[in-house]
Amino acid sequence: MSAQFTTDYPAVAPRYKPGDRVRVRKTAPLGHIRTPYYIRGQVGEIERLCGAFPNPEELAQMRDGLPAQPLYRVRFKQKDVWPDYRGPETDVVEIEIYQHWLEKA
Amino acid sequence: MSEQGTYKPYAYYELMETSLRELLVEKGIITNEQVNAEVAAMRARTPERGARVVARAWVDAAYKKRLLANGTAACEELGLEIPGLHLVVVENTPQVHNAIVCTLCSCYPRVLLGIPPDWYKSRNYRSRMVREPRAVLAEFGLRIPEAVQIRVHDSTADMRYLVLPMRPQGTEGWSEERLASIVTRDCMIGVAVPAVALG
Repeated sequence: MSAQFTTDYPAVAPRYKPGDRVRVRKTAPLGHIRTPYYIRGQVGEIERLCGAFPNPEELAQMRDGLPAQPLYRVRFKQKDVWPDYRGPETDVVEIEIYQHWLEKA
Repeated sequence: MSEQGTYKPYAYYELMETSLRELLVEKGIITNEQVNAEVAAMRARTPERGARVVARAWVDAAYKKRLLANGTAACEELGLEIPGLHLVVVENTPQVHNAIVCTLCSCYPRVLLGIPPDWYKSRNYRSRMVREPRAVLAEFGLRIPEAVQIRVHDSTADMRYLVLPMRPQGTEGWSEERLASIVTRDCMIGVAVPAVALG
């Protein structure tokens, strides 16, 4: 997978592949965070690797955000995210999440 | 009779924008001409750009495949200038309906769809589209059957999204240009589907 994306900046190697089950870290650090609060702690499935991008939390502090973090699209079942979700079991929400916010589920 | 203007004090963000712009111009970092040119370029980008991409995908299966595999490269193929855009195109099928939201702010494929509508940036849409998409779509007049999966894409980081709607029946033999005319902005956000006027 990693060979698919080449960046002209140093990047962390991807740890996950499509289909892997991952949990979003349930933590609440201060600062500019691109992981929505509602998805923290949820378990989903890697849909695809999008590439590696400078870490926005670092960029917001005027640092270079390197090494770049792999960015994934992760698919979650709506019924898992919202226990009272009104709609079929099959409905999903897909979100971009950086690797340092993910752990193996 | 002397001319009477209506004085309105600047709102917070207007004041911030004007102050910052005037400072940047005063310090020689940017010019007023550059600001005006950028605003004009922003206004010139309209959803017709996205509609061209959709129409091409409808008439050319090989193009559609390339578009779904790499949205950015496929737009460049049509000569669309999309600087810095990492585009993910998501396809509607009889089994799947896609819709786009940005819960954190208002990320939007501006280079393909232009300036986002106000409702896209509203707290109402941003908070409810991930929580109760079927109710929100119904408010747009779009009722999705339970047998169809809804995929909501929360645009939280570096990717931007475009929905590839299904080509409606009754458009057989249409030119690409005519097809593009029924692909509205809302169809490419996923809160509407293309419609063919009858008769």
